[in-house]
Amino acid sequence: MIDSASLLMVAPELVLTVGALVLLMVAAYAGDRMAKVVSWMSIATLVAAGLTLLGLPGHGGDAFEGLYRADAFAAYAKVLIYAAAAASIVVAPRFFAPTAANASGALRAEYPILILLACIGMGMMVSAGDMMTLYVGLELNSLAAYVLASFMRQDTRSAEAGLKYFVLGALASGILLYGISLLYGFSGSTSFDGIAVAMGDKLSNGLLFGMVFVLAGLAFKISAVPFHMWTPDVYEGAPTPVTTFFASAPKVAAMGLTVRVAIEALGPGGMAWQQIVIFVALASILFGGVAAIGQTNIKRLLAYSSINNVGFALIGLAAGTPAGVAATMSYMTIYVVMTIGSFFCIIQMRDRDGNPIETIASLAGLSQSRKGLAAALAIFMFSLAGIPPLFGFWAKFLVFDAAVGAGLLGLAAFGIAASVIGAFYYLKIIKTMYFDEPAAEYATGTPIIENTVIALCAAVIVFGYLLNPVLDSASAAAAAALF
Amino acid sequence: MIGLQHYLVVSAILFVMGVLGIFINRKNVIIILMAIELILLAVNINLVAFSAFLGDLVGQVFSMFVLTVAAGEAAIGLAILVIYFRGRGTIAVDDANRMKG
Repeated sequence: MIDSASLLMVAPELVLTVGALVLLMVAAYAGDRMAKVVSWMSIATLVAAGLTLLGLPGHGGDAFEGLYRADAFAAYAKVLIYAAAAASIVVAPRFFAPTAANASGALRAEYPILILLACIGMGMMVSAGDMMTLYVGLELNSLAAYVLASFMRQDTRSAEAGLKYFVLGALASGILLYGISLLYGFSGSTSFDGIAVAMGDKLSNGLLFGMVFVLAGLAFKISAVPFHMWTPDVYEGAPTPVTTFFASAPKVAAMGLTVRVAIEALGPGGMAWQQIVIFVALASILFGGVAAIGQTNIKRLLAYSSINNVGFALIGLAAGTPAGVAATMSYMTIYVVMTIGSFFCIIQMRDRDGNPIETIASLAGLSQSRKGLAAALAIFMFSLAGIPPLFGFWAKFLVFDAAVGAGLLGLAAFGIAASVIGAFYYLKIIKTMYFDEPAAEYATGTPIIENTVIALCAAVIVFGYLLNPVLDSASAAAAAALF
Repeated sequence: MIGLQHYLVVSAILFVMGVLGIFINRKNVIIILMAIELILLAVNINLVAFSAFLGDLVGQVFSMFVLTVAAGEAAIGLAILVIYFRGRGTIAVDDANRMKG
């Protein structure tokens, strides 16, 4: 039964849908001349959708008979998703602006609209209370993401990234769906609550298989080892603003979804999924750290870094306690700030003709030519490496604390040891910037707005501890909504 | 008498064929698109068989969603394939190697 209370609870998605469709019409009739206006209107739409979370969508409970959940957990994830999406819209106009090599380049009005459409899907993902909502939300996000990855149509690397993302993404959706069909068949329900009841009764082989397939599909979406193989190629090939988006918003959404499925639907099968999550977390941390060492492309390096970070975030989930889930959400928040900051710095890497460069070697001597940029990038790298007193340390501390609290001492010890591997390649970038012979200078001139975002992210990373009371209570409230 | 397990076996075979079609096939990307459809159809057989067996309509509703999404997915896949072909002049799987590492 569709009642008005349910419709009120999906207000963020409704706002985004109406906004995206209206802007699509504007873009269709006015063309790319209006691209900048459409961008700002998209950001306004995201803000409006975020503001609706203050009302019923933030704490309304179940909508549409349990298909959709409007709780604190979903609201927390949505705020992060919308902020990350807005950041990747802000950064786009200058990246797509015409350059010497690509004179016909221009921001296309479809870019912000596709991001809005992806946000609708991500909102549904984190709010899913049923496998059907989960699947439709996931696909809404993925279909927009495939197009975004191949957005620079003339660039063969971008097209290849889109193709690889599409093939492997579709395979992952298929694996996930097969798992869902098994869970449905052996539990007789597609709702998370119904599956949890069946799991509590007896963990049959059918349910176990279904769970493994579902977790494999979800591991793909958060790019955790052993389903990470698409990440470096897609991150490298996609245009940098799109990579910024991929590394932040969909990652939060997929992580939120994984946490919700693990706790709400698979919760009673506790021990079984915990083993899988522990393995995936350890493998991601180790592989993400080791494989990043030899990279020469900074976008590729950050792709491995994101695999590495997902592993750390999963440690919180492996604990399976409210504190662990809260730690995972805090980790994702801090991770998003660090990632957006780093990618905003990378987008400033352009040669004199304005063409983007992506090699780590070109960063050499950045501390002399662009002091502020080098300092900001150094802060983000130190923070990603988890070096105190930066905020990235606090994120890692929280997940390890939760793991120890749940009695997973070995996991925590291994995670701490493996974070040293990660520190190696982050420090290598800092060494390149501060101690190597200067390479050719980058083009100067950064718009105020991009500088502001970089400065803001750096400030959050340095002075983040002042935000702790807010972050902790928000994460705890989000986690409490699942238990 | 054809029971539930027969449907499940057929669906499992189709699913494995689809996955192998993606990984073993080295020729061209169109075959991969067909393999993806095969996987989704295997899932649909599963859902409808369970639905009939359980006497519960939800599985059939779900399979409608899967069919719809599969159509959208195929459309986007082909569109990406077209721009890929325009840039590279080939759709062989082995040629998709601009990025390595």
